[in-house]
Amino acid sequence: MFDKEKWQEIFSSLKNNKMRTTLTVFGVFWGIFMLIIMLGLGMGFKSMIQEGFGDFATNSLLIWPQQTTKAYKGFPRNRRYMFTNEDVQIIKERFPEIEFIAPKLRAFGSEGANNATRGTKTGAFSVEGTFPEYNLIDPSKIISGRFVNNVDIKEYKKVAVIGKYVKDVLFEKDENPIGEYIKINGIYFKVVGVLTKGASNISLGSDKDRSIVIPLTTFQKVYNRGNEVGFCAVTAVKEANIALVQQKINTFLRSRHSIAPDDEQAVGGFNLAKEFKKIFKMITGIGILIWIVGIATLLAGVIGVSNIMLVVVKERTKEIGIQRALGATPFKIMNNIITEAIFLTASSGYVGIVLGVGVIELIKMIANSTGSDNPFFTHAGVNLNVALLALFILVIFGVFAGFIPAKRAISIKPIDALRDE
Amino acid sequence: MYRLFRNNSLYSIINLFMIELKGLHKSYITGNNKLHVLKGLDLIIEQGELVSVMGSSGSGKSTLLNVLGILDSYDEGYYKLNNTLMSNLTEKKAAHYRNNMIGFVFQSFNLISFKNAMENVALPLYYQGVSRKKRNQIALEYLDRMGLKEWADHMPNELSGGQMQRVAIARSMISKPKVILADEPTGALDSTTSLEVMDLFREINSSGITIIIVTHEKDISEKTDRIIYLKDGIIESEFISPRKVSETVGAYRN
Repeated sequence: MFDKEKWQEIFSSLKNNKMRTTLTVFGVFWGIFMLIIMLGLGMGFKSMIQEGFGDFATNSLLIWPQQTTKAYKGFPRNRRYMFTNEDVQIIKERFPEIEFIAPKLRAFGSEGANNATRGTKTGAFSVEGTFPEYNLIDPSKIISGRFVNNVDIKEYKKVAVIGKYVKDVLFEKDENPIGEYIKINGIYFKVVGVLTKGASNISLGSDKDRSIVIPLTTFQKVYNRGNEVGFCAVTAVKEANIALVQQKINTFLRSRHSIAPDDEQAVGGFNLAKEFKKIFKMITGIGILIWIVGIATLLAGVIGVSNIMLVVVKERTKEIGIQRALGATPFKIMNNIITEAIFLTASSGYVGIVLGVGVIELIKMIANSTGSDNPFFTHAGVNLNVALLALFILVIFGVFAGFIPAKRAISIKPIDALRDE
Repeated sequence: MYRLFRNNSLYSIINLFMIELKGLHKSYITGNNKLHVLKGLDLIIEQGELVSVMGSSGSGKSTLLNVLGILDSYDEGYYKLNNTLMSNLTEKKAAHYRNNMIGFVFQSFNLISFKNAMENVALPLYYQGVSRKKRNQIALEYLDRMGLKEWADHMPNELSGGQMQRVAIARSMISKPKVILADEPTGALDSTTSLEVMDLFREINSSGITIIIVTHEKDISEKTDRIIYLKDGIIESEFISPRKVSETVGAYRN
């Protein structure tokens, strides 16, 4: 493999033209350097987005009742209706694709009117009734105590899980709220847990820190809502198509609530999976864009190398003629020139990769040492496979860069090459 | 004596010819102009001959040398080197023949500037795939024969013209070729060095290698055994050199 004659030739031409060589390989260096930097920051961007999603169930769907838009079965249009406990029960039993379904009802402290009090402390918060499953779809972080459980639901327990901010308002700083009682709209509830927002930055409706969560069944009784349900969060099992599930649920709900089968507006819905997909597509798109721009920059550098190799071939025409007169095969001549091109691109590219990775690591280090929690910087990074792939692309490009000059070199007849002065 | 036999069928039967050209034509086409350089050249050179080719510029002597060196193709006729027909060769095949059968010596020496004397001499063996250690060792032996052993590590720009040409001659010999083709080998040398180089050629020739020297200097050609005059692409005349005549006559007398 290591052929001293070959490398002697390569290095002699590089050494004789140090400035030219440096300027030439700078193009390749810069191309790969920028590619690595962009890939590294792209990775940071991707983790920033992904961390934003956090542990929110991605294969999920939100549905809620809206006004009908069509008259049907004697009912006028613009009719308001609500989902019911039975709807939820039947949907859960009928569609095995559904992993969890969690209905929810909500009431606000209206326009500054305080709805929660404890002794002399008082505040206006969002009160939500829900099922335990809700915490599996849109998880909150339980700081202490617990979330609403099935026993609470079944026995209409007057228990409440309060947001962190609610705790701060209603309790003293070092007070333990668990087991204490608070008054919500005049009714006493026992505090069983404190929660705050989970890892996800996605927020459905109200700020979790400023909410009080109580069992749905209790909510329905306290607020006199019968068996009504506001909206439902649904997650499907992994392999299920969530869009299809949404359609099935909608069809079912329309027939149950005497809504025209073609009244698409009556059941409101938000397919999170679809939105997630859109965002992931965008990330992928950005990734592709990075590669296209990076490769194009790199290509410009490689074309520079190819050009300079043409000049090298021109300069060495006589030498190539001598070599061929002495019995060098065209393959050998091509081999030398292509090796030189690969050497130029690969070595400058290698430096570019190393420096690029170095800069990315530096950014990460600085971000970490300044305590930044922005994943765009802290999670920037280039994985080894990508670096190796970039290097591989460089070698391929090197072959291309060398190929045309090499072809040129052997297309000159040895006799013309020897005559060249 | 040779000349008597040459037109005799006896020789064609034994076939001791190193080089055999028959009706060789070669033209160069540049744009719309066609330049007819070799016009039906017949030439036979036997093994072990020391031949010089003379002629004014434009006589076709360089073209002839290029055809003989398989550096250039020809249009018509045939060229046999050591009884092998040299036509329609692939570049690879041509490179192989050049490497194994022919040694080149040029007017401007044509040493590779970034290789030292020894490496330059060893180059043809590199193309044969001989290991570095072995080829350098052989190259040293050849340099020693040229009296240049202590110059082995010097780069070409540290050598004198005569030294460079001797390195080039060593390089042409290292692959043990059948023929050495020399294109104006003394053209860039002073007269003393020229004579030294010619003596060297004679010495190499006496070991049995056929040598063809293209020159336009009469006193150089007279150092060879046979002189061929080219004019307008054909052989105008050829002589046995006076030197060879006196040698032969001397041998006859003894």
